[in-house]
Amino acid sequence: MAKFARDLIFPLIAVVAAFIVGGILILLVGDNPIVAYRLLLGSALSWPDGIGYTLFHATPLIFTGLAVLVGFRCGLFNIGVEGQLYVAAFATAWVGITLAHRSAWFLVPLCFLAAILAGALWGAIPGVLKAYFGSHEVINTIMLNFIAVALVSYLTQYHYREANDPILQSSPIGWGAHIARLGKFIPGLPERIPLNLAFLLALLCCLLVYLFLWRTKWGYEIRATGSNPSAAEYGGISIRKQIVLAMAVSGALAGMVGINEVMGYRYRYYDGFSDNYGFTGIAVALLGRNHPVGVILAALLFAVLQHGGIYVDGFSEHITKDIVQVLQGIIILFVAAEAFFKWSLGRFGFRRLRA
Amino acid sequence: MRDVFTWSLVASTIRLATPLILAALGGLFSERSGVINIALEGKMLAGAFTAAAVTYAADVEFGLGNASPWVGLLAGMLAGLFIAAIYAISCIQFKADQVVSGTAINILMLGIPAFLSGALFLSSGSTPQLPKDHLLPQSPYVIAVAVGVLVTATWYVVYKTPFGLRLRSVGEKPEAADAAGVSVSKMRYWGVLLAGILAGLGGAYLSIGQSSLFTRNMTSGRGFIALAALIFGKWRPVQTLLACLLFGFTEAVSIQMQGAVKLPSGENIPVQFIHMVPYVLTIVVLAGFIGSSRPPRALGIPYQKEK
Repeated sequence: MAKFARDLIFPLIAVVAAFIVGGILILLVGDNPIVAYRLLLGSALSWPDGIGYTLFHATPLIFTGLAVLVGFRCGLFNIGVEGQLYVAAFATAWVGITLAHRSAWFLVPLCFLAAILAGALWGAIPGVLKAYFGSHEVINTIMLNFIAVALVSYLTQYHYREANDPILQSSPIGWGAHIARLGKFIPGLPERIPLNLAFLLALLCCLLVYLFLWRTKWGYEIRATGSNPSAAEYGGISIRKQIVLAMAVSGALAGMVGINEVMGYRYRYYDGFSDNYGFTGIAVALLGRNHPVGVILAALLFAVLQHGGIYVDGFSEHITKDIVQVLQGIIILFVAAEAFFKWSLGRFGFRRLRA
Repeated sequence: MRDVFTWSLVASTIRLATPLILAALGGLFSERSGVINIALEGKMLAGAFTAAAVTYAADVEFGLGNASPWVGLLAGMLAGLFIAAIYAISCIQFKADQVVSGTAINILMLGIPAFLSGALFLSSGSTPQLPKDHLLPQSPYVIAVAVGVLVTATWYVVYKTPFGLRLRSVGEKPEAADAAGVSVSKMRYWGVLLAGILAGLGGAYLSIGQSSLFTRNMTSGRGFIALAALIFGKWRPVQTLLACLLFGFTEAVSIQMQGAVKLPSGENIPVQFIHMVPYVLTIVVLAGFIGSSRPPRALGIPYQKEK
């Protein structure tokens, strides 16, 4: 029970503290924080637009949060989610364009596979480099992000753009590769809102990641490697294999952002589509305390902010949607500085909560 | 190919490499002391924004004229120092994960400068344009001399002074340094704070030297290129300088060619491939495919004093 309380209380403190600091900032620039926060948080509650868009924004964040989570559980910091999702989204579009005339029965599973495999492959590269060459995954994933962005931008610009298209985007994917928007099934939710089946896939992935990490031998070995590599090795686990496996699974989860983006939203590859999904995924995993349920909650919070940011931008003269980025940064800083809270809680007599 | 290598290319290489060199030298102090610095990007953004905003204020509000970019430069360094102080307290005092804190600062600094620009100048995330004659000196000679002095000074401090020896020792073997009476936290504070000042300086040069205003996310990854240069330069000052010049050169080429570089055979190299060069080189070197680049032994590990 004490552990559960701790798991809940520190993220809550981080969020509340971040909102207080953000509120002070808003006051300093001469605006009313209560009005700003009401816009920021309240606009997500309206039906159908607020809720529809918030869940749509949450979809990629659940995938990226899970991706970062799997890495963390193996003791790896996957900063490369951003690159993995770009490569995967492009691969999805590539299959959707190349086999455009095939039927949905054929094309949908193939596009899914493309997203998952491309992400897994791009994620496995830093895994292999770490496992067999000993180079740090943080540096390599950062470098691979830039390489991925340049690579897909090159492919889009030189090989998959329609002639005379002023926008840097690929030609459209075939109809067979489209997945349904949820508006099709839910009365009152118009189909112009891009919330699609990928959201349900994201929820399913939360369950699968939970089962994988806590109910399978592979997951156990990944977690053992993460919590104590030398003990794991002594116990007969091949650390190298676990590192590559964890990075591949992490990349595969990141890659599924491509399903949401290409098959459910834009129906083509759009260069630079990711709104920092990969980096926000780090925040999501950390705030969600590296647990799938936490990831869902944290992804929803950041999605609410992202959606609300648009309204703040439009209504106030002084504050822009950049406040969302500011809040995210402060939240992670506070999550990172958990020791600080433990220390101050201890000082104020909440010793029971200290780890 | 001949017309690629012109004097203007050399000059723009020096100009473009300068912010990288400043940030990379900062990163060197920090990483040599054992603290990872993926937050260089955020510190550069803080420096770039503060320098541009303060230069504008000094010029318009206080009428300091030619002195204003220097005031701005100082402010940019202080901004870098301030961010570094937050980073240092979180990583050294509270032993927070260095990569997590660094990521937090990078994300925060994507937001705060743009937020403040919007609030202070009612813009969509940039500062007002500064007059052309109220910027830092642009002459490649002046810059080359300043950078040369700085690199030499860094080399001297890191390798020839007791301070440098202590700094390196807490990055390699903190237990031994501690046993020898060196304060590990103090040296790491020095490393991280120096990194903040230098990265802030690099950012300032970007906004009030190379260009004449701050724009949203104007570093666009230069902090990470600086980090790449530091690794490619094997955490040594002179090699890091050369790496920065190489990366500055690739950027200069890609700007000058506006799209594609023509090979003598008439084939085009798309600009995206030139952008990849620094990153690919870094991965290759770090993996030990060409030479080997070994990080300081205690890099990234918070030091827990034995009780």
